[in-house]
Amino acid sequence: MKTTLLAAGLSVIAIPALAETPVLTVLTYDSFTSEWGPGPAVEKAFEATCACDLQFIPSGDGAALLARIRLEGAASVADIVLGLDTSLTAAATATGLFAPHGLTPATTLPVDFADPAFLPFDWGWFAFVYDTTKLPDAPKSFEALAASDLRIVIQDPRSSTPGLGLLLWVKAAYGDRAGEIWAALADNIVTVTPGWSEAYGLFLEGEADMVLSYTTSPAYHLLAEGDGTKAAALFDEGHYLQIEVAGKLAATDRPDLADAFLAFMLTDAFQSVIPQTNWMYPAVTPATVLAAGFDTFRPATSLLMPPDQAEAARDPALAEWLEALAK
Amino acid sequence: MTAAPRRDTGSLLALLLLALVAAPLGAVAWRGAGLTLGPADWAAVRFSVTQAALSALISTLLAIPVARALARRRFAGRGALVTLMGAPFLLPAVVAVLGLLAIFGRSGLLNSGLQAIGLPPVQIYGLQGVVLAHVFLNLPLATRMILQGWQAIPAERIRLAQSLGFDPADTFRHLERPMLREVLPGVVLIIMVICLTSFAVVLTLGGGPKATTIELAIYQAVRFDFDLGRAAGLAMVQLAIGAVAALAAWLLVRPAGLGAGLDRDTALPAPRGWRLWADGFALFAATLFLILPLLAVVIRGLPGLTDLPATVLPAAVRSVLVALVSALLTTGLALGFALAAARHPRPLIEVAATLPLATSGLVLGTGLFLLVQPFAPPMTLALSVTILVNVALTLPYLYRVLLPEARALHADYGRLADSLSLTGWPRLRWLILPRLARPLGFGAGIAAALSMGDLGVIALFAGDRQATLPLVVQQLTGAYRMEAAAAAALILVTLSFALFWACDAGGRRAAA
Repeated sequence: MKTTLLAAGLSVIAIPALAETPVLTVLTYDSFTSEWGPGPAVEKAFEATCACDLQFIPSGDGAALLARIRLEGAASVADIVLGLDTSLTAAATATGLFAPHGLTPATTLPVDFADPAFLPFDWGWFAFVYDTTKLPDAPKSFEALAASDLRIVIQDPRSSTPGLGLLLWVKAAYGDRAGEIWAALADNIVTVTPGWSEAYGLFLEGEADMVLSYTTSPAYHLLAEGDGTKAAALFDEGHYLQIEVAGKLAATDRPDLADAFLAFMLTDAFQSVIPQTNWMYPAVTPATVLAAGFDTFRPATSLLMPPDQAEAARDPALAEWLEALAK
Repeated sequence: MTAAPRRDTGSLLALLLLALVAAPLGAVAWRGAGLTLGPADWAAVRFSVTQAALSALISTLLAIPVARALARRRFAGRGALVTLMGAPFLLPAVVAVLGLLAIFGRSGLLNSGLQAIGLPPVQIYGLQGVVLAHVFLNLPLATRMILQGWQAIPAERIRLAQSLGFDPADTFRHLERPMLREVLPGVVLIIMVICLTSFAVVLTLGGGPKATTIELAIYQAVRFDFDLGRAAGLAMVQLAIGAVAALAAWLLVRPAGLGAGLDRDTALPAPRGWRLWADGFALFAATLFLILPLLAVVIRGLPGLTDLPATVLPAAVRSVLVALVSALLTTGLALGFALAAARHPRPLIEVAATLPLATSGLVLGTGLFLLVQPFAPPMTLALSVTILVNVALTLPYLYRVLLPEARALHADYGRLADSLSLTGWPRLRWLILPRLARPLGFGAGIAAALSMGDLGVIALFAGDRQATLPLVVQQLTGAYRMEAAAAAALILVTLSFALFWACDAGGRRAAA
């Protein structure tokens, strides 16, 4: 009886003691938190420096993150949102839910990028990926692709961030001719999938000659599977960039920890995990050089619309896309 | 007097279920501003209805000869075939699509064969592919539901028909047609509503933006435009179509009125001649159509089995537990619904038991999230919300499966049981459970297996440490690990099928 009481008393003391370990909550996309993603290593490394508990909330993909933060508003339990890209940051800024980070990091992005609310943590070029054993000569431009009888599978810009990236890529490369390019591409498109994984799955099953993915996708096959047959087609128009960013919520109750995490995000401990878990380029190239395979497909020209321009271009570009493909 | 409170149970349950559908929708609509649907939205509505109606009609028409052949023929492996009929229906959409593509895709078995004999390839992407996939997924459900109808024809009627020298045409006119008239509207309805909200199948096989459904428009409204008013409006249109379909089916159903029997086991007459060949062909074609994509799913999954991440095991355990609890709750609730509806048929129950299927998964999830968020961190409620949603979404299937037999039970034994004052637990134990064991087992199996798979609705509630198996599959495909994903999907499908088989076989054994 006495020991029970004692135990009960101790546990009452123990709970507040445990609760005092501050918790930093990061809202991010599903694949970041999975055991083969960057999440576990990042958590371990940050917790070693912060005397805190880093918790991830996985929530779909980049677009789902933004929708969720808009749903939750200032009541969100999250302190940090990690995984938006530059086609979403204008809308994210407009919510007024994000606070400035106040940092001016030296990044290794191929373009100049600075945003008062968002810091980049990795980036990649969109590209069409193919199998060199089945397709020896890949097209070198959208026009060559459209003129060929190659079959491609892409993602829907209305449900997927790579799909939206492709929309902006064609717009950035061709401007007013974008509708014409889409009309010419229409007969090459096997199907339009809801997300990246369905499209990539169809490509691996042999349903298409090429799939919209990233220039770093072949590196996955090479480094994780020892398969060197996948390649990314380099286009003369240049390649649109996806820059993935993180930002601090203004309503966070742990602003100091949130700032510490954003600073940590740009250090080696975080950045060196990125290439072979997220299969993207780190925003600050870590001291440990990139593995071979990350240097094989590097486009000469990078395309990127500034966030507000991307936001403004989206609806007209979508209408153009729908009109060209719905025929 | 005593019947009064019981009469209200059905309506009360129906209202509760309607509230579960309406409250999240209301929460989303309340956060949105105004309701505007443009021409593109109406095009999406038209396409959704067209593909759903086509899928439902074709699935049902093809299921009739298959169900009849299963009902009147006895052969080795018949039981296995009936069980197999559950499998495609339980596949997660993306897994089913990849299985179908291995057969009907650009580099699939069919096109390789056509190429070998010099014929042009067939194109799966487009409306035809969407309908093909929906028929693949729903033909088994239709067959099983119609087969239940055939098995419910009392042996006495069959013997009477035999002694009167009925030929197959007479048997059809006097026994089979009334049965079909009772069963088919419900079958067409449920498949149409399932296909109405289908998302990944339509988008992946649709071939492009021509195949835009209401659900995709909702997706876009929530995720990219954050236009909750539009999302709620579209979800309401989808619900309205579901409600109209439910009422139409309700009006079309005619009780078969075949009367009660003494449960003697008499097989339907099995005519010889060309009818034997026709039955054989129906069974052979259906088996081939269903089993080849399933085999492809198994073959794709096998290589990755040795290299699965450790998270698969706890996720699988969590999924099975969720499925069992969901199935238990759904079965109890659906039985209550079906008995109430059999006693006092009313459109309210009919609509309430259909609408959950017509709800937009994304709007339901978003609405529940908005409702829960002020009171508790949604993550902590992930599993309870999953169970709640599973119950709401699987109840319509069970209701459809149970209803015809609950009606027959009420018509045949209701008055006798009432006159014996057989009520409450004894009535359940000695009359209802034994007589409904077969559809209850089948229905519980469906509920358990479907509850293994549901993901879309609860994505907002998913926590880091409570991943279910479908979420693990999704994480694997999102990280290039297609082989491991295929293996995890195979485990998911195997577990679903095992749960389905255990319940279904249990029901059939109890009924025998």
